[in-house]
Amino acid sequence: MTTAAITAPSKPGAPSKTRARRQAVLWGWLFLVPLVVLFTAFSLWPIVASWAYAFFDWDGVGPPEVFVGLDNFREALNSSSFWNAFWNSFLFSLGALFIELPAALCLAMLLNNVLLRGRNIYRLAIFLPVVSTTAVIGLVIAVLLAPVGGVVNEVLLGIGLVDRPVNFLGDPNVALPTLVVVDIWKGFGITLIYWLAALQTVPKDLYEAAKLDGAGARQQLANITIPVIMPIAVVVLLLTFQRSLNTFDLVQAVTGGGPIFSTDVLPTYIYRYAFDASIAAPRYGFACAVGVIFGVFTLIITLLQGPLLAGRLKRTAA
Amino acid sequence: MSALITPGAGAQAGADAAAQVAGDAGPPTQPRPRARNRVSGQARRMRWWHLFLIPFCFIWIYPFLWMVTAAFKTPQEMLLGGIGLWPNEWTLDNFVRAWTTGRFGDYTLNTLTFAIAVVVIQVLVASLAGYALSEKTLPGRKIVMGVLVVAMFIPHGYTIIPVFQLVNAIGLQDGLLGAAIAQAAPGLVVPVLLYVGFFSGIPNELSEAARVDGAGYLRTFRSVMLPLAKPVTGTVVLMNFIGAWNSFFIPLVFTLGRPELRTLGVGMYNFFGTDTTDWTGLAAGASIAIIPIVIVFLFLQRSFVEGIAGAVKS
Repeated sequence: MTTAAITAPSKPGAPSKTRARRQAVLWGWLFLVPLVVLFTAFSLWPIVASWAYAFFDWDGVGPPEVFVGLDNFREALNSSSFWNAFWNSFLFSLGALFIELPAALCLAMLLNNVLLRGRNIYRLAIFLPVVSTTAVIGLVIAVLLAPVGGVVNEVLLGIGLVDRPVNFLGDPNVALPTLVVVDIWKGFGITLIYWLAALQTVPKDLYEAAKLDGAGARQQLANITIPVIMPIAVVVLLLTFQRSLNTFDLVQAVTGGGPIFSTDVLPTYIYRYAFDASIAAPRYGFACAVGVIFGVFTLIITLLQGPLLAGRLKRTAA
Repeated sequence: MSALITPGAGAQAGADAAAQVAGDAGPPTQPRPRARNRVSGQARRMRWWHLFLIPFCFIWIYPFLWMVTAAFKTPQEMLLGGIGLWPNEWTLDNFVRAWTTGRFGDYTLNTLTFAIAVVVIQVLVASLAGYALSEKTLPGRKIVMGVLVVAMFIPHGYTIIPVFQLVNAIGLQDGLLGAAIAQAAPGLVVPVLLYVGFFSGIPNELSEAARVDGAGYLRTFRSVMLPLAKPVTGTVVLMNFIGAWNSFFIPLVFTLGRPELRTLGVGMYNFFGTDTTDWTGLAAGASIAIIPIVIVFLFLQRSFVEGIAGAVKS
């Protein structure tokens, strides 16, 4: 290859044209080698391998040898702790889809208004949690929510909203909703940016035309804003859904899935079976099986949104 | 308003606002005075929103305000409680304690090493591949591009176990390099596509000219193309540096048996696990972890936000 580089520029002319071309191809392939190697080894192979490992009873020592067929899958699907984690993950998604998305859209419409002074400062403030380390800011919030001496409880007690401190993260009934709210707070800025980007695709003259036709704010929203941003909205929906399903950092750092597994989500569930030091031996095969189920579930939901996406695109095109 | 944000973003926002205002006042059919009245009336009404937005944003960023101020409070003051933010008595003891006995000094160094390694791997691999793939006649181009795009849409679920096994198998488990590769590799698709898009837009004449001047393929890439791609490199560096700095899962898994390799996020997690009462120390550690990255973001927010917004538009 090195010699090729040295000879390449030397002889311009008819016979060297094909040679130069061949060298360009070889160089191109050489440039692709790092990507192909890394991507195959660390992105494609792990997908294939976790499917394969899922059929073995394997603790990670030596190669997987004990083939157990579908036992891991059967065990997961029959286990109430799996379904507990599954529904909890789903609840994070519901929170993101039904609270975060609409609320962020409302705020984006407000912050998209050029007449609002200081809107850039508001945007920055709302975006701040996004760029902070989830595990770290999560722990700061855990301190703020502490039942004894935590700021939130002091305020709630001070204004008389509660008569005794709420154990936000220690009460199994309260911990999950609390984390869902914190998760929404953490991701809200991204959704806001998505919506602002979507709103900026709406041509301004559409509003002008509507105003001339006497359309009010509500009609403009229903007949211009919503239809125009719809195609992007489907993408935002998909991205938000995938992000909310993968809530690991916050849950692991703040509650570790507790108390009594009330905040356990699938990523922390998988982590526990594979890496938690407190269990006797890691169960890589089982953890992989749960990961596969999780992946398939996400894929199905994603594919369900495919026709929706295509349909929306077609409608806007028409 | 724009003066308070970074200069670049402020100027952009100003221009943006000006453009939009110009657009609003655009149609010549509108009688001008009426339009201005309507606009200023709306502007006056918009002012009421500050009554909602200012307290809302204050509560929104309260955890950050608490974190930064608590880091300077004495543990005694923290113990007395109260919701006042301003420390009565300023102290740096918390930072000293976090930096030395809390080992946040080591964690900071590890986080920097990890984040820089991730960014270097991504820029190197993605720019090389992006340049090669921008050549439309390259045999095999379509296959590589197709696999990349399809892989982007397949949810990966949790494939950490094979990655973990692989890093152990190639003997990279003793340093942060293995973790950095595990973090960098799955995120290569977007940078590669960004570079492909950029290099495809560069006219062929430029590389022809470089060849006439005697530059080979490698030289053309290194001395002509890569310097041209600085905007793309900037976006890739920024997005992935912030991502790597904040990453938790990969560093956690890869430093389980090696406390000396912990990054800030993982270190914080362990700090809180061993001592749940040292709130001022925790606040100082959290400040060490978060303030640098927030500053990086504030200086370069425009390209960061555009990078995120670009994800939905394309």
